[in-house]
Amino acid sequence: MLKQTEGSKAVAEAIALCRPEVICAYPISPQTHIVEALGEIVKSGELTPCEFINVESEFAAMSVAIGASAAGARSYTATASQGLLFMAEAVYNASGLGLPIVMTVANRAIGAPINIWNDHSDSLSQRDSGWMQLFAETNQEAVDLHIQAFRLAEELSMPIMVCMDGFILTHAFERVDIPEQAQVDAYLPPFEPRQVLDPAAPVSIGAMVGPEAFMEVRYLAHAKQMQAIERIPQLAAEFKEIFGRDSGGLLRSYCTEGADTIIIAMGSVLGTIKDTVDEMRAEGHKIGVLGIISYRPFPLEQVKAALINCRRFVVLEKSLAVGMGGIVATDVRMAVTGTGLKGYTAIAGLGGRPITKASLHKLFREAEAETLPPVTFLDLDWIAVDKQLAREKHTRRSGPVAENILHDKGIVSAKFG
Amino acid sequence: MGFQPVKFYQTGTYTVGNRLLSDAERSVQAGESRSNSINSGHRACQGCGEALGARYAIDAAMAGSNNQLIAVNATGCLEVFSTPYPESSWQVPWIHSLFGNAPAVATGVAAAMKVKGKTNVRIVAQGGDGSTTDIGFGCLSGMFERNDDVLYICYDNEAYMNTGVQRSSATPPAARTATTMPVGSEPGNAFGQGKNLPEIAMAHGIPYVATATVADLRDLEYKVRRAMNIRGARYIHLSVPCPLGWGTASNDTIRIARLAKECGMFPVFEAEYGEVISVSKIRHPVPVEDYLKPQKRFAHLFGKTPHPETVARIQAIADRNIRKYRLLEEGEN
Repeated sequence: MLKQTEGSKAVAEAIALCRPEVICAYPISPQTHIVEALGEIVKSGELTPCEFINVESEFAAMSVAIGASAAGARSYTATASQGLLFMAEAVYNASGLGLPIVMTVANRAIGAPINIWNDHSDSLSQRDSGWMQLFAETNQEAVDLHIQAFRLAEELSMPIMVCMDGFILTHAFERVDIPEQAQVDAYLPPFEPRQVLDPAAPVSIGAMVGPEAFMEVRYLAHAKQMQAIERIPQLAAEFKEIFGRDSGGLLRSYCTEGADTIIIAMGSVLGTIKDTVDEMRAEGHKIGVLGIISYRPFPLEQVKAALINCRRFVVLEKSLAVGMGGIVATDVRMAVTGTGLKGYTAIAGLGGRPITKASLHKLFREAEAETLPPVTFLDLDWIAVDKQLAREKHTRRSGPVAENILHDKGIVSAKFG
Repeated sequence: MGFQPVKFYQTGTYTVGNRLLSDAERSVQAGESRSNSINSGHRACQGCGEALGARYAIDAAMAGSNNQLIAVNATGCLEVFSTPYPESSWQVPWIHSLFGNAPAVATGVAAAMKVKGKTNVRIVAQGGDGSTTDIGFGCLSGMFERNDDVLYICYDNEAYMNTGVQRSSATPPAARTATTMPVGSEPGNAFGQGKNLPEIAMAHGIPYVATATVADLRDLEYKVRRAMNIRGARYIHLSVPCPLGWGTASNDTIRIARLAKECGMFPVFEAEYGEVISVSKIRHPVPVEDYLKPQKRFAHLFGKTPHPETVARIQAIADRNIRKYRLLEEGEN
């Protein structure tokens, strides 16, 4: 059913359609509206049987999900930013135990300095946790990816994060097609756990594993994600049969035919990038876009195939590998090893810094001209940076960095660009 | 107070003659119906109080749940010595997740059972004092506050034994651990304010809180069975001497546990909804010295440079417990 609704609300409705049996909730912006809406759906009796548990921390949220999933219940939670980091130990544990928990990550920056706005630092910090990570471009895709995520997670008995940009998607009101219950039921069978705590057939789960078996267990987690590379496109195709729309998959190419330059990105910024590319195409530029939906597993072969005919690519990412450069860019460069393609990294939008078409036009033209440095920090205020560096050079007790920058920028720190 | 003085102990012993009890109250040493939930062959140290306590507690929980039990375990000695896979000792469905999250995992299991309509399946979560009083404290408090249908059992051996005897917030003052060495002007663990978990549990107003020691396994069994007859969050805090960490002979575990209670350092009681309802009285009052002296972790208090003032401070703690919980028979206080 078509609705004009908030992204969080739409996701909550999609989750409810997936019939989760245990939902754990802990508030953190910008995820909070999702669990608030689910709390109301459960309390009203609309979703039954389902236990909605208000926990005391994100660490507890993931731990409750672990217990519930190990006991055979379809389990869901949502978090963001500091919350994801606070539960990190349990995040690794859930995947290590092979529990198919689905979690929404409403992507948000990580402090310090504290910042509630969107970038991808949080889920990318859990890159190697063994969770799959699917990135939604739109609220419609966020809805659809959650439904596919439960199916994939339970097939492989591995957990999945569905990542959607905090505020930009979670708080945006737009048209979303909320599926019918019958469609979701046809797509998503009831949860049949591979392992379950059951007094009728006692098993030990989470036993001590020594060097004789640890590597095999870890390898199998990798093998599951390699299987997911096969299954994700198949599940997207099955999804289309029932729901009638393209959603999900590993990657999505846009105007890449004959493109000399391809811009690679994840999440909602793909919208702005496509608009920019449309305008440049109209001017005759040979430029296209490659959206990454499946960040983990990372589809190395498919990325290579999508880029093989271009001359250069720019990875525009909302994350920073401090001391190195790009996080996603590293993976993309790995994918194109040996092709001789020229690659650029653009770090953009950290902490919610707007990524404007004007800035993208400039960036993409410089990429086409091959005048970009290998790593670019889009719209970085060099004056503020240089002023702080000079301050540190001259004064030992130069004070807290963030407060100095804010002071230099003045009270209208909300003026961007 | 619901306490009834027991008058039929044999003189000079702690043994209740079975023949003096009604059939229902007589203890059974062995039986076919015992579930042996933690099988023999595990790798606990000789004389391990935790292995003994867990065996009796979980078997009692099995009996109290018609063998419909799921156990959740925090990281620690019990988890490590019982599950060097594939040699798991557990005959019940059992899950270990992390050091600090056993209460929350148990909440999840309980929620799953509820949603699946299997409310006959009962959940026990367990951990040592490190996971209970320190790293898992937040999750435990959350579980209590929500009154989730979980029995949590803390096996308190008063330090991080699995990692090599480091101080926890349950370590008593003056005790030697690997991180509170008996050196300097105030050797051993500092005198803090302590962290009385049973009282903190009671402050949550949960339906049932009890303490017990492995010196009185029938009392432990009774308390576990009682807890299993109650729904909601329940907490049992069990004193389990550790021969390795306490520096005691492995055949002294029961004696030391008994002395902990008899000197007043470890009050044994039950509470419902935050109110103490019964207390196990001290039968043979002893000074704390009798409890401390056999333990190498307190040896520095009685060595070449004795610390009688420190022993007196510990005695003051015991005396306060005795007054507070009325641990002596009326007239003896």
